[in-house]
Amino acid sequence: MATVDIELATWALDEARRKGASAAEVLCVTAESLSAGVRMGEVEKLKSSRERRLGLRVFCGQSSATSSTAELERDSLGDFIANTVELARLSAADPWAGLPDPSMHPKSLPELSLADPDSGIVTADRALEIARSAENAALKFDPRMKNSEGAEFSSGRGQILFANSQGFSGEYSGTSYTLVVQPIAQDGDAMQQGFWYTSNRRLGKLEDAESVGITAAKRALGRLGARKIKTMRAPIVFDPDMAAGLIRSIVGAASGPSLYKGASFLVGQLGKTIAASGVTIVDDALIPGGLGSKPFDGEGLPTSRKNVVDKGVLASYLLDCYSARKLGLAPTGNAARSVGEAPGVSTTNLYLEPGSYTPAQIIGSVKQGLYLTETIGFGVNMVTGDYSRGAGGIWIENGELAYPVNEITIAGNLKDMMAGVEMIGNDLNWRSSTVAPTIKIAEMTIAGA
Amino acid sequence: MSNDLVAPDKFFLNRFGMNHGALERILGSALERKADYADLYFEYRSAEGLGLEESMVNHTSKSVSHGVGVRVCAEDRTGYAYSDEVTIDRMRLAAEAARAIADQRGTTPAAVQVGTPVARHALYDLDSTPLDVPVQERARLLSEIDRVVRASDPRVKNVMASFACERKIVMVVNSDGQVAADVQPLCRLNVTVIADDGKGRQMGSYGGGGRVEWKYFIENDRWREYALEAARQAIVNLDAVDAPAGEMIVVLGPGWPGILLHEAIGHGLEGDFNRKGTSAFANRIGQKVASELCTVIDDGTIPNRRGSLNVDDEGTPTSRTVLIEKGILRGYLQDRMNARLMKMAPTGNGRRESFAHSPMPRMTNTFMLNGESTPEEIMKSVKNGLYAVSFGGGQVDITNGKFVFSASEAYLIEDGQVTRPVKGATLIGNGPDVLTRVSMVGNNLALDAGVGTCGKDGQSVPVGVGLPTIRIDGITVGGTRA
Repeated sequence: MATVDIELATWALDEARRKGASAAEVLCVTAESLSAGVRMGEVEKLKSSRERRLGLRVFCGQSSATSSTAELERDSLGDFIANTVELARLSAADPWAGLPDPSMHPKSLPELSLADPDSGIVTADRALEIARSAENAALKFDPRMKNSEGAEFSSGRGQILFANSQGFSGEYSGTSYTLVVQPIAQDGDAMQQGFWYTSNRRLGKLEDAESVGITAAKRALGRLGARKIKTMRAPIVFDPDMAAGLIRSIVGAASGPSLYKGASFLVGQLGKTIAASGVTIVDDALIPGGLGSKPFDGEGLPTSRKNVVDKGVLASYLLDCYSARKLGLAPTGNAARSVGEAPGVSTTNLYLEPGSYTPAQIIGSVKQGLYLTETIGFGVNMVTGDYSRGAGGIWIENGELAYPVNEITIAGNLKDMMAGVEMIGNDLNWRSSTVAPTIKIAEMTIAGA
Repeated sequence: MSNDLVAPDKFFLNRFGMNHGALERILGSALERKADYADLYFEYRSAEGLGLEESMVNHTSKSVSHGVGVRVCAEDRTGYAYSDEVTIDRMRLAAEAARAIADQRGTTPAAVQVGTPVARHALYDLDSTPLDVPVQERARLLSEIDRVVRASDPRVKNVMASFACERKIVMVVNSDGQVAADVQPLCRLNVTVIADDGKGRQMGSYGGGGRVEWKYFIENDRWREYALEAARQAIVNLDAVDAPAGEMIVVLGPGWPGILLHEAIGHGLEGDFNRKGTSAFANRIGQKVASELCTVIDDGTIPNRRGSLNVDDEGTPTSRTVLIEKGILRGYLQDRMNARLMKMAPTGNGRRESFAHSPMPRMTNTFMLNGESTPEEIMKSVKNGLYAVSFGGGQVDITNGKFVFSASEAYLIEDGQVTRPVKGATLIGNGPDVLTRVSMVGNNLALDAGVGTCGKDGQSVPVGVGLPTIRIDGITVGGTRA
């Protein structure tokens, strides 16, 4: 079999030029993973994978096409490249299309410690042991922990190689380890799932398996006996995972493609106040070992740390070259490239800067309101900012967590919600590539009975 | 290209230099330990996409992917290994990885003999697929859509249109010796419109497709209907007022609102969750879970539909399964493993996204049968309520039964009349309870236009839904107007 290396990438770029392309870029991804799951203490599944794909983007002047293939033998790859060039010729000439300005490619790449130096793919036996210990901790935590959707541990290793016809090439490798536990609490006819996880690029930095299991059990138990509440307007405290989801929505509306299509409520808002003054949202690609870190972006441009929202003001959009040209701005190093698709835009490590309140102080400030721990559904309209989602959590009465609630919705508009951020917690914890501390929003509509 | 033109089983044997003997040896190796069953899933997928933005067809893409997955089942355990290098060596390694799930066995397993062909349906034997239509012709249609939409209303500010088509050739070879193979075409045309009236901005989307030929989009001017429908939705929503909040009577329009059944009922009836007792519907077969007006079906055998398959991804022919009959829970959706463990028959619902995934029970086309009311009678019966005709996505927590689906086009009903449009709102309910509140079922069953994709455990598969107009007496609407 053909090996995926810089030699193959260079050959593919040359071949694209020989077939008539004026410019090209190539992305090679190789990945390996192993995951193992247990359920009710017994082995349930093992999955092992190996993937290797080549992605290509070619330009014939201002016309372009994107393609990907798993057929890497030079004969079939040559035909495939010719077909891609032909497809590019059939595309409309787009004045904004093209590779980045060559002077913008980095001369050297930062070392971001994306791969665990001590561990690679974890063996099936070890993975099963970790998953079993997490599920076991959840199931023995309380007699009501009677069932389970299981626990799964996975480890993966991948390599990205990117090169373009104007001389840039770069590569990096990374590892990732994830443990997920989903136990079920049962009380009479009522059943509730608990879900918790830990994820890191280094095996040794994962949260302890037993504590992940115990958190999952507590979350399941905490949902038992949930009531539906009356329809009203009330303050809402978003727990850290829910707050992270909210900033992901805000920043999604600040991404170049949504903006130039006019499909974002943040069109024309750059430099304007879009949130309460305590809100600073940062996208930082350069955090060593960060789950979202990368040394260069999907078009070979340098990545960086920047404030997307700075003290409530929309300070930066997230742009690839195409959307930057359309909007008359400079690219921000946020081009994301998956093998089969043209560059899009994504965040790297995104976080809301922590404030000074403890979560207890935030909950304590609410006379009557919702501590939000889950949302369900996709009810966010990025064009208008209208927000309406299924919700569940714990009802707050006189500053205390009182009882669980579910089968309700929370609704508002993202603009009002961001302006209404009254308190920001000090509990930022890097559990994923998008994180936030606890936050309190002054008021939203809760629909219930 | 029809099944007749490509003999899909021969395709893999020829392309990757395989023969029955080699496959038998790999399956034999997969069964070396104490396993009940093993299968090999081969897939070769070609896909092309075209996209129009700002009146230019400036996005073109193509992809070729192939791979093989080896699965070993032992009791309720599954070992799965896949590779995108389809070689005997790689498959042997995958078989060794997958069989680690099974215990050591004392005796030598019986030799596997492959070659028993599985009878499959012929639901989409096309003369040609849209992949065979020149790219220029597909691009021209997108440009025509752009022109028609922009000419339809001055408030149209932007039009995005895309056409995606693929052809998947699959072959499943299992340790019972069965060989099932299929060629699965699929395509989809989508139109998204942004409208702006100077005061606000709204988006509308519509589209359709299925396992159909290119002429499907041209016949009856379907492409024009999709285009104008997307524009109409965007423009209607420009005048939308805040949606109400709280529990109220909701009338669902025909077709795509069938997503209610998919979320509220369908997922909860998938065999895996019921075997494990983790679904709110577990152990409820024979019980009343809906009003007697409700009969709900999952049918993978409707010709040319997006959710249909000749054989599922384990090689079982798809079927028509009654899930709820006149309000009584009758059946679950099964793949082979869960059917075996629950001592039920497989229903042809074992599906997977690709060779990179192990199959599990999934829906195909899920819909409710007609009732006797006319849509007018249903509307007239409501004094105050919400009429929801189009939806975005939905989601369910199968364990506690709570589900949501988000309206993208809805109206107030006042004194039996449809009045003002309201902003999109999420509807939330309890799966085992919501259909007991269905008080009227219309006589106008429609299936959706062919755009549905269902996600479960990280795997996406194409599905369909359908519904006649129905009245639900009480579901929580998540607007902002408290």
